[in-house]
Amino acid sequence: MIGRRNRARVVAAMNPAAAQLGLRLGQAVAHATAATPGLVLHALDAADDAAALHRLALWAQKLYSPVVAADGADGLVIEASGCAHRFGGEEKMLIDLRARLTRAGFGVSIAMADSWGGAHALARWSRRAIFVAAPGGTGRELAALPVAALRLPHDLVQTLSGVGFDTIAELEQTPKGPLAKRYGLEPVRRLDQAFGRVAEPIQPVMAPETKAVSRVFAEPIGAPETLARYLTDLTSSLCGALEEASLGALRLDAYFIRVDNRIETVRLGLAKPSRDAPRLAKLLCGKLETVDPGFGVEKMMLAAPGAEPLVYHQAQALGGRAPAPDLAALVDTLATRLGPENVYSLASVDSDIPERSVRKASALDPLATHSWPIDWPRPSRLLGRPEPIETIALLPDAPPNLFTWRGKRRRVRCADGPERVYGEWWKRDAELSTSRDYFQVEDEGGERFWIFRDGDGEHADSGSQRWFMHGLFG
Amino acid sequence: MSLSLSSPALDALRRQVRSIETADQTRREVLPFGVPQIDQRLPGGGLAHGALHEVAGGADDALHGASAAAFAAGILARAEGPVLWCRRYADLFAPSLAQVGLAPDRVIFADAGDEAGVLAAMEEGLRHPGLAGVVGEVAKLSMTASRRLQLAAEKSGQLAVAIRRWKRVADAADLGQPTAAMTRWRVSTLPSPLLPVPGVGPQRWFLELLRCRAGDAFDIELEACDAKGHLHLPAPLVDRSVGEIAGQGRAAA
Repeated sequence: MIGRRNRARVVAAMNPAAAQLGLRLGQAVAHATAATPGLVLHALDAADDAAALHRLALWAQKLYSPVVAADGADGLVIEASGCAHRFGGEEKMLIDLRARLTRAGFGVSIAMADSWGGAHALARWSRRAIFVAAPGGTGRELAALPVAALRLPHDLVQTLSGVGFDTIAELEQTPKGPLAKRYGLEPVRRLDQAFGRVAEPIQPVMAPETKAVSRVFAEPIGAPETLARYLTDLTSSLCGALEEASLGALRLDAYFIRVDNRIETVRLGLAKPSRDAPRLAKLLCGKLETVDPGFGVEKMMLAAPGAEPLVYHQAQALGGRAPAPDLAALVDTLATRLGPENVYSLASVDSDIPERSVRKASALDPLATHSWPIDWPRPSRLLGRPEPIETIALLPDAPPNLFTWRGKRRRVRCADGPERVYGEWWKRDAELSTSRDYFQVEDEGGERFWIFRDGDGEHADSGSQRWFMHGLFG
Repeated sequence: MSLSLSSPALDALRRQVRSIETADQTRREVLPFGVPQIDQRLPGGGLAHGALHEVAGGADDALHGASAAAFAAGILARAEGPVLWCRRYADLFAPSLAQVGLAPDRVIFADAGDEAGVLAAMEEGLRHPGLAGVVGEVAKLSMTASRRLQLAAEKSGQLAVAIRRWKRVADAADLGQPTAAMTRWRVSTLPSPLLPVPGVGPQRWFLELLRCRAGDAFDIELEACDAKGHLHLPAPLVDRSVGEIAGQGRAAA
């Protein structure tokens, strides 16, 4: 990729193969072509790149956090406070993000730090694909990085390295007064931003078609009931705007811009498009307790990204079947309280292996058909993972006469089986020859259990031939 | 103090209280079990809609609640409409629900992190019109919590079923504590009759009604829910009626 710096045509971007040939960014194109014959050159389209980055930011906003923005020409910055728990931790969130981007064909490196500047530097210069700086430890991690990591203009970096500033630590230890006097405020500002000494607000990206309403306060507000009142007002005006466009919100992002320039956010996901102002306001206000107003909120913004068409339906006035009850409101309320991943219906998967035969599905449009067996009895409780049991059983295909589970010995009165389940070799090579033999057994007290033998009882490669408890019948 | 003296006054008072209690109720219907021996002994002839019912497993099943879950699923399979199932541990196996007639598209699951979350989700579900019923799996059910559920159920007319399951068998004594529930059931397993061939016969339950508002406690031996959620009286082969044996019917010529 060729770009321009002043009047010279220089290498602005390149793929890893070109980097291996010894090209570097900022090299003159004439040099590069002379050194490497057969180089394929393309003109850099900065506007197109920026548009693609904008689309990527919108995508990341949908999945990870309401506050996402483009960072320079080649990166994204995500405000991750309070977002990582949904993925089970900061590192897991980054792994998930990297996996998704890699699948889409991007080569990425990601870092998580206490400040925008810190994350920017660590992502580009730490030489690790995923880097999580411990909370409060960003400064320590930054110390050894070159001055170029500080988002300073190219010329300034050259000047600083000319006088012997190679690492951020050296710059940090220099008295700030003389530094500012000599090189301007820029190095000091960038240092402060990277070390988190001054706030650097992230202006969240927003698609042009997104409906949004905002309100600026002359005096900062902070009392929960005041926040709730204005949030309710904003919700009703947003719903008015949505109604004019015949749209319904699927997601609501509320931004609270504090006087200290931090942005607190509340995100609400909905099961079905809606513009029912009282209900949405109630759901949003229920989440207000996660908002820390600090010294006060000076601006509130409410946006409905990804709104979908929603038109009115004619109600059944006379005769006809009563419409199915609308459960969207209930599902939304529960999802807000328990987390969207905890409200669902279950659907069947075509698999004979019991723990794989069930998957989560959307709570609102469940499938009416299922492929679960009707004739083979299934236990009402399935243990999360099968538990080994001690048994006395005849080989190859007799059920046990006696087994011990969780320290209690049970004598088998009668049993039914085996129901043989083969491994799914098309999913995992290890399951090529494995099988399980399931038995339904009843003990002397009438309790019924679902137990299986790992293997067919004859061939050693079919499994360990040990017995496991897998479920309880009701 | 003689009770007979004040009984007309008491009766009038009772009527008054009942009319206050049931003023908000949208419907006062019952869901019959279809087994006369049970229905006749329940007030109204079945399990009351718009009320809280408690179900617990007997013996070891107090921990797992396997038969209690099957019993509750059988009840809701016979009601009409979607069901909300609130729980802490996601160990319910959905294919078994389908086998007692509760199709997967009728059940919405809500997983809460703690007991309070389960109770709150149940109450939310009971306040929402359009559900057939709400099931919640809880260990502790205080008077206050059960009263809230009962009131919410009365208002919407839905069935509320609290499956009680505990972490230790010793905790199951908690079932004796008073709650505002309309009925309290205990389901225990019984050995099924041995078949003349290898295999297991239909599951047997020993169903106890431990407590019933405006009714008496009783117990009964039953066959577990069938594919439509119906319970049956066991019909041991030895006790079959003689008239059905081939060749012994009545004939007129």
